[in-house]
Amino acid sequence: MKKYDAIIVGAGHNGLTNAAYLAKAGLDVLVLEKNAYIGGATVSRELYPNWKYSNCSYVCSLLRPEIIRDLELPRHGLQVVPYGGGVTFKENGDYLGAHADHERMLRELARHSKRDASAYERYEADVMKQTRLIRPFLMRTPPDPTSLKPRDLKELSVLAKSFGSMGEEALADTMRFWTMSIGDFLDEYFESDVIKAHLAGSGIIGTALGVYSPGTAYVLLHHYMGDVDGSVGAWGFARGGMGAVSAALSASFQSFGGTIQCDAEVAQIIVKNGKAKGVALANGDELYADIVVSNLDPKRTFLKIMDEGDLPADVVKKAKNFKIRGSSGKLNIALDGLPTFTGLPKDSPLCLGEKHFSDSLQKMERAYDEWKDGTWSKDPYVDMLIPTQIDPTMAPPGKHMMSVFVQYAPPKIHGGDWTAEDKAGFEKTVIDQISNYSPDFKDLILHCETRTPQDIENEVGLTEGNIFMGELTFDQLLFNRPFPGYAQYRGPVKGMYMCSSGTHPGGGVMAAPGANAAREILMDLKLTNTVPGGYDDD
Amino acid sequence: MIPHNETMMLKTPFYSRCLAACEINMWEDWKGYTTPQAYTSVEQEYFAVRSNTGVFDISPMIKYRFTGPDAGAYLNRLVTRDIRKIGVGRVAYTVWCDDNGQVMDDGTIFHLAENDYRLCAYARCLDWLMWSAEGFDVTIVDETAEVAALAVQGPTSCAIFKNMGFDGIENLKPFGLTRYPFEGSEVMISRTGFTGDLGYEIWVDPSLAETFWDRLFEAGKHREIRPIGGHALEMLRTEAGFVQAGVDFIPAEESVRTGRSRSPFELGLGWLVSFDKPVFNGRKALLKEKKEGSRYAFVYLDVEGNKPAEYAFIYDGDKQVGTVTTAAWCPTAKTNIAFAQVDAKYGKPGQELVTEIYYDRELKWTRVMAKCTVIESAVFNPPRKRQTPAPDF
Repeated sequence: MKKYDAIIVGAGHNGLTNAAYLAKAGLDVLVLEKNAYIGGATVSRELYPNWKYSNCSYVCSLLRPEIIRDLELPRHGLQVVPYGGGVTFKENGDYLGAHADHERMLRELARHSKRDASAYERYEADVMKQTRLIRPFLMRTPPDPTSLKPRDLKELSVLAKSFGSMGEEALADTMRFWTMSIGDFLDEYFESDVIKAHLAGSGIIGTALGVYSPGTAYVLLHHYMGDVDGSVGAWGFARGGMGAVSAALSASFQSFGGTIQCDAEVAQIIVKNGKAKGVALANGDELYADIVVSNLDPKRTFLKIMDEGDLPADVVKKAKNFKIRGSSGKLNIALDGLPTFTGLPKDSPLCLGEKHFSDSLQKMERAYDEWKDGTWSKDPYVDMLIPTQIDPTMAPPGKHMMSVFVQYAPPKIHGGDWTAEDKAGFEKTVIDQISNYSPDFKDLILHCETRTPQDIENEVGLTEGNIFMGELTFDQLLFNRPFPGYAQYRGPVKGMYMCSSGTHPGGGVMAAPGANAAREILMDLKLTNTVPGGYDDD
Repeated sequence: MIPHNETMMLKTPFYSRCLAACEINMWEDWKGYTTPQAYTSVEQEYFAVRSNTGVFDISPMIKYRFTGPDAGAYLNRLVTRDIRKIGVGRVAYTVWCDDNGQVMDDGTIFHLAENDYRLCAYARCLDWLMWSAEGFDVTIVDETAEVAALAVQGPTSCAIFKNMGFDGIENLKPFGLTRYPFEGSEVMISRTGFTGDLGYEIWVDPSLAETFWDRLFEAGKHREIRPIGGHALEMLRTEAGFVQAGVDFIPAEESVRTGRSRSPFELGLGWLVSFDKPVFNGRKALLKEKKEGSRYAFVYLDVEGNKPAEYAFIYDGDKQVGTVTTAAWCPTAKTNIAFAQVDAKYGKPGQELVTEIYYDRELKWTRVMAKCTVIESAVFNPPRKRQTPAPDF
């Protein structure tokens, strides 16, 4: 039987990126995907005729420009189009608009609090200091702080130097920033409820933590550290939906001679004499390679497709204790026209960006309380976008597609599975909330795909439906991701590697984990590195 | 009609509409006309052309009309390209040279009808056109102010024209031109542009300019149409690999210092020179250059990193071998591109050089020596640019 050089489990964006770099280095690479389509959570699907949904991930900023350029993704069809603006609607009929233009933004903030408008500039500079610290490490393998290997010592010194260059005060701020809550962080700058609520969203999206839970300030950073064409913190749409990202990655991979097999669920990574030997598919077929890379999350990798007997006990224990908690659901809606939002003209540039309906941190914290109580939030935090205002490819002219990210939604309802009634109730909660701010919204709905965390887990394979493949808290970041001692993409079994968002630098459609893992694999094989270094902000 | 001299700046036929749309009030002087540099946001305007449709007022383009029995023969003598191959209803990009084979300008020739042509150019050159016309039965008229023109560029531009009732426009091939009835008169549409994307240019009587603009924007309402200014166009043409007179070369007639002008070969435009023609301006000098070699080469550079190599010197080891004329990070191609003039022997694709880039971060200037590679062609070249019938998006 044919033996491949490397088999990648899961055709998500990191799996495809990893595969592309291995294939570029000349390896014979096979990517296996359980679904009939590639992309994982980076996918566009036509579930209603002539409408394309970005079913899971829905916006693009973190995808590393070094990778886009190096793998020639634009030539393979990827176009990222930035959007500006954003708005948080207030219960009293007013709103807070986030303008792309700086001075206009300050005037809008001043409408809510003159002092906050001034503090916003200090806030922006402080957040930028933190992004500047983290960005250079996105395309690097985290050093092992307990290792004395020359490479780890060198990388540690790079890390230390970056921290050191911040100065004493900023360093103290950094230590606090990485551990504090987004609520406490924002309280240090702002007094207006709606301003804090608007900015806090990025601190909780995708995480099962509340705005006052320690660690959420960093999550904000995770949403700010990307860029579109050097504009740090900017976000864009992939033209054609997020599936365009995986389509371009797959085309790039195939241009290097790689193979993708869909409808091929991996049941088991085959290990013999402590070495990875290939995989067994759910249908019983076996495929062989000395390199097996898992793009599944750490729980699925170690507890589902590997045999506990093949693993060190501490890895099994760490995988069992890995924090990967479902906290969000999604509605994808086909609309017969552009909905009107109370208080805002339809052609306002604010409408091109995200819309939210949570106007205070208290409301967001209450929404989290309901998650802890084992049910979905009755007044949820939503991150809602209508990409068809910019992207003409996803719906017929004059019609629209709405993507609604909804938080909080638990992986289980009071400990049990989601029922059809639960799902209908969840959907109604969200639609009713949007209708409170958009009177014509309900009448425009042609089709709605509602996805609970349970649906996301079952279809995409993200444990508990956690979009980041593991919480982005400091205990699970950098050299702690996924676990201490295993942060350099090598698994506990020779020839077995990890490349998912469960590894450094974490979730989001970034492709850095896949690329970083490829660099380590090529190093082990003593092949020439094909993975580009990161761009320098300075 | 000669534009009057009573005001500092001239207004294009679309001025009222440009003014209404120009939220950020940034204007520039384009050959005496006041035109927007940007309307709302350069970034959004750039992306309108790459994802939807952007509209750029090109009315200030210098336009000459050539009629008479010798019009074709005359133009064939004037420009380097073989105009005999450009049939009625076709458009050709070309350059024209002085007798020393130095480029005076680049532009497009529209074959409007039998013995009837239009030349669109960056620089005025009526005097040269007249000199070259000695002995030809041709009438030359400057019709810059008599024709209003818009570039309508982007993936949804064809769909918008279909919405306007221009049936069959999707079948117009690149560099083709056609006409449609419009408000009792007509509009000419050519599938041409300066963005490297699917797109068209429209040519209409100035009295119909505002009506055309209004109908166009109404038809484009659901196609996210937006006006774009000069800054966005600059990014677009760079990504598409188009040289700009006055930026990437000095028109020969404007050049004062010896050796500052360039030949078509030195601008990467040798493909426009047709030696099959027995006579054309500059032929002898160009033939000599072809035989003996050029002084310089025009190159596209793929520059490492993400810092645009603006105004950068180019080195081979310690030796300075050229300079950058245009540089930008290309937002769609996600590539750091530069156009450069280098000594001829460094112009081959694959050649590795170094650019010396200066940039500042919070008032601290830094220098980076970035590796760069000579690449064959422009970095943005989507299939939709060439597809006929043209796609809807």
